[in-house]
Amino acid sequence: MKFSLSWLKKHLETDATLDQVVETMVRVGLEVEQVENPAEKLKDFSIGEVLHAEKHPDADKLKVCRVATKDGEKQIVCGAPNARTGIKIAYAAVGTYVPGIDVTLSKAKIRGVESFGMMCSARELELGDDHDGIIEAPQDAKVGEPVANLLGANDPVIDFEVTPNRPDTNGVMGVARDLAAAGLGRLVSESYNLPESDFASPQKIELEFDDDNKNACPAFGGIYVRGVKNGPSPQWLQDILRGIGLRPINALVDMTNYVSVDRARPLHVYDADKLNGPIRARLGRADDPSFVALDGKEYKPDETMTVIADEKNVLGFGGIMGGEDTGCTEQTKNVFIECAYFDPARTARTGRRTGIISDARYRFERGIDPQSITPGLAQAVAMVTDMCGGEPSRIELAGDPPAGTKKINFPPAEVKRLTGLDMSEEEMEKILSALDFEVERGATWTVTAPSARPDIEGKADLVEEIARIKGFDELPEATLPPLDAVERPKYSKAQDRVRLAKRALSGRGLLEAVTWSFCDGPVAALFGAGQSNPDLVLANPISSDLGVMRPSVLPGLVAAIGRNAARGRKNLALFEVGPAYITDQPDGQRTVAAGVRAGHAQRHWQENSTGDGVFASKADALNVLAAAGVQTGALMILETAPGHYHPGRSGILSMGPKNHLAYFGELHPRVMREMDVDGPLYAFEVILDKIPPGKLRPTKSKPALNASDLMPLSRDFAFVVTSDLPAENLLKAVRGAEKKLISNVALFDVYEGKGIEDGKKSLAIEVTLQPMEKTLTDEEIDAVSQRIIAQAEKATGATLRS
Amino acid sequence: MELDQLEQDLTEKISSAGAESALEEIRVAALGKKGVISEKMKVLGKVTPEERKTLGPALNGLKTRIADAISARKAILEEAALDARLATEKVDVTLPVRPEPKGKIHPVTQVFEEVAAIFADMGFEIREGPDIEDDFHNFTALNFPPDHPAREMHDTFFMNEKGNGERMVLRTHTSPVQIRTMMNEQPPLRVIIPGRTFRCDSDQTHTPMFHQVEGLVIDKETHMGHLKGTLTEFVKAFFEVDSVKTRFRPHFFPFTEPSAEMDVGYERVGGELRIGQGDDWMEILGSGMVHPNVLRNVGLDPDEYQGFAFGMGVDRLAMLKYGIPDLRDFFAADARWLEHYGFDPLDQPSTATGLSR
Repeated sequence: MKFSLSWLKKHLETDATLDQVVETMVRVGLEVEQVENPAEKLKDFSIGEVLHAEKHPDADKLKVCRVATKDGEKQIVCGAPNARTGIKIAYAAVGTYVPGIDVTLSKAKIRGVESFGMMCSARELELGDDHDGIIEAPQDAKVGEPVANLLGANDPVIDFEVTPNRPDTNGVMGVARDLAAAGLGRLVSESYNLPESDFASPQKIELEFDDDNKNACPAFGGIYVRGVKNGPSPQWLQDILRGIGLRPINALVDMTNYVSVDRARPLHVYDADKLNGPIRARLGRADDPSFVALDGKEYKPDETMTVIADEKNVLGFGGIMGGEDTGCTEQTKNVFIECAYFDPARTARTGRRTGIISDARYRFERGIDPQSITPGLAQAVAMVTDMCGGEPSRIELAGDPPAGTKKINFPPAEVKRLTGLDMSEEEMEKILSALDFEVERGATWTVTAPSARPDIEGKADLVEEIARIKGFDELPEATLPPLDAVERPKYSKAQDRVRLAKRALSGRGLLEAVTWSFCDGPVAALFGAGQSNPDLVLANPISSDLGVMRPSVLPGLVAAIGRNAARGRKNLALFEVGPAYITDQPDGQRTVAAGVRAGHAQRHWQENSTGDGVFASKADALNVLAAAGVQTGALMILETAPGHYHPGRSGILSMGPKNHLAYFGELHPRVMREMDVDGPLYAFEVILDKIPPGKLRPTKSKPALNASDLMPLSRDFAFVVTSDLPAENLLKAVRGAEKKLISNVALFDVYEGKGIEDGKKSLAIEVTLQPMEKTLTDEEIDAVSQRIIAQAEKATGATLRS
Repeated sequence: MELDQLEQDLTEKISSAGAESALEEIRVAALGKKGVISEKMKVLGKVTPEERKTLGPALNGLKTRIADAISARKAILEEAALDARLATEKVDVTLPVRPEPKGKIHPVTQVFEEVAAIFADMGFEIREGPDIEDDFHNFTALNFPPDHPAREMHDTFFMNEKGNGERMVLRTHTSPVQIRTMMNEQPPLRVIIPGRTFRCDSDQTHTPMFHQVEGLVIDKETHMGHLKGTLTEFVKAFFEVDSVKTRFRPHFFPFTEPSAEMDVGYERVGGELRIGQGDDWMEILGSGMVHPNVLRNVGLDPDEYQGFAFGMGVDRLAMLKYGIPDLRDFFAADARWLEHYGFDPLDQPSTATGLSR
């Protein structure tokens, strides 16, 4: 909301400077967003006097002027038709920045004649659109005087944020009241009384609501003014409205705009001669015709909306916007001024439904003072008769305005309890009274909130009023008492797993990314969900490619790999630990650690291992699991990864056959194609929520180290198995052959080709034996070897390679 | 003297031996089982005791001296052999090492862990909640009445309406987790709540997804002075400065009363933002005492329990502390950005070692 300093001073008697006003507004909670001070912008411009003007020797349209300025006499070349001897002008010295043309003046030579400075037009000073000539200041202006003083441009405009709880500050008076309470001056708002009148309003009002909807418009008042003469409003009103960016229309319209900003009191003025019979506030009807509102657009009311209608037509939406047909014009003779109370919630709904944005809607949906009907009409009539003449009727009022006041039991100790502030009861009472609250002191106070403050509900609100006027600077600064001398750890196991997964993966060289929680519907389908679950589709997405909640963390990462590749970045590994969405319920969100590696390693003079993408991703997954405390050696490896993985180059890390903790492998070429990203890409997903919580142990003690003094020894075996045999089956069999002795089984070669029968492969393993009690004899070693060979054959059909 | 001659001959041979193999031959010829000196030792048993008295020590001395000479010569030869080998063993040490991709932690993660470290020191645990929320937790329980304009301040993402007319939302703030926490646990509570939040807004300074961290304290004595002190300490610790200028301004949030926004003083020095000093103010977070209606909505008596809540943008904190210019880049996963603004995995924030290097 915008208002000018001079407008504020109609309500607040104060010596405060603009800076003090702004600073105090911020301190009491009226957040100033912008201060426009035209005088500040014009500070470099001063009055000059043209002592002599003559035609430029080489240009017909230019004049060479001698000008008296604050800097002494200057020669200025000017092209304005009105530049002539004797006038007072707006002078800009060399070096001045001229905002309207965005130029900093320098000494110039114009057609051979030197020019020192400039005489400015209104447009050059951003004071208006006029560019036909230079500004002519009043003749009594003094050379050197700031231009701002004379051009009505010394009225700073303050723009501040009206929070939804403070509809009273949608009026300048509400702002002034806060400032007065904060000690910045005295509230001096004019009060208006209804005029004496010897005639009743010929225009009648009716409220037509059933009991359930009475609150839509509980009260509707109006006054008829006959014999008005509408026309342009007086200069002061035009200036004050223009100052805050409102275009003056005519006296009647300008009056409604003025009262709306002055007192947060929206009004409407009908041309009474265009009304047919009584006007009624009622809900819209299915058979109501559509009407053209003041914004020139056509609207059709429905049964949820409050409309104002006469016998023939719908005239407007109550509290939102009136109709074009019954508005005032220059020809209007008799008017009916409407001043009503409309329900905030219904106004808000109607506003959303129609999409109309108006000052009236803005104020009604935040809540106006329900007791402002009579004073609002009084102010309106005073202004109308003052500007347009005419004779007002007596007030016409239908319904009863809600009281709007609220009595609150307030123990003054609440201030200390909730804020820690030590204040005297006198000071608290003074603040509340200054804010128009009625206070009855006692052990518990009875405080009555003013009708203009619908936000005040209870004790805490009064505490806020007192504390904010006192100033939050006065709050004590206290720290919370420690809970323990040394604080206990604050991360839960699950939270710490997230931390560890991130540290583990970045330690492996992957870059952590954060990508959108939403993705494109068809992409979500590639990753197994999305469109198939309507609960996860956004009704109002920011764009269609961010239309559904992602079923997997991978889509964002894959797209990111694609974007980076398009910039020439080929060797990239990204990970993200974040949510994947399975249902819209709290337990349908999973925390997943996922990563994608692009399969292009940087070439290097030392030989690089290539083509290990699947196993790099498998290692990523295993590292996350290990960091999360999983015994990875005990995991099962299944070959049935979800459909977004390459069916032959992917797997599952599973705890037992059912608890699938992680997927890894090459992404399906179809996914690459549909997402238009060059493959192959290798990915993994670890569903952190599926990892069982670790067992809580009573101590942190580790089991004793069982290290043998005896030398371990190793034996190599090469087994021939069928090509499709999972290597893990063989390794498992070998490990199980002699559990007490075998400390490690390492696969060091996989070979298919010459020397090996078709359909078979050779797996070479190194088995480490760790004797614990005594050195093994050759016979014992042979016996273990035989058991290994036998076990391998039994479990997998392996034969020793000859 | 025969022995003197022998010693002289052997010594000469030893010192002129050019290879370890030659030296070994000399050793065998002199000291081996059938070597010259060994043969002479064998004779020792057959001579008279008188002769033995002089011959014995002479032979033993000779044997020791020859053995020493051999091992001395051997050491010299070994050194020479090593030098010769080393002369042939040279690599170009200027060749580059094998590149090891350097992983980085995203600024959002790092900054959240910094925030958590500070609040952990002040006794705050961590709570989390779902991104897809119902109207009750995101709005109603937080004292946003239906149709209230305060709801419109949140550009809410809605999910498709369900068959039963219910419409889930993407949480517009982390505050619904306050409600979940207070409904599931008994005071006293001291928690921070990090997470993704969503608003239907996208421009230079807004992204449809961003991160907040929320704080909540509920007990029987915490007042607004504690709020002010706690947040001032937080800002000091987070920006790693000795003192910080703060300002609390009254504001409006439906779920707190009284409500305040906190500004910190800052100045620009060159291109850098310095938080804590200077004459300009920057809004950094919203806060207030938990609204009595919110306490009632979760079944707590506002005359018995009280406390404060606050919320701030994690991404914004990261931008301010680390001079990151554009919010949108946080979610673009541009490798150049991640490498530049990301953090080394070794940089685990801790109040013991410092939040950052």
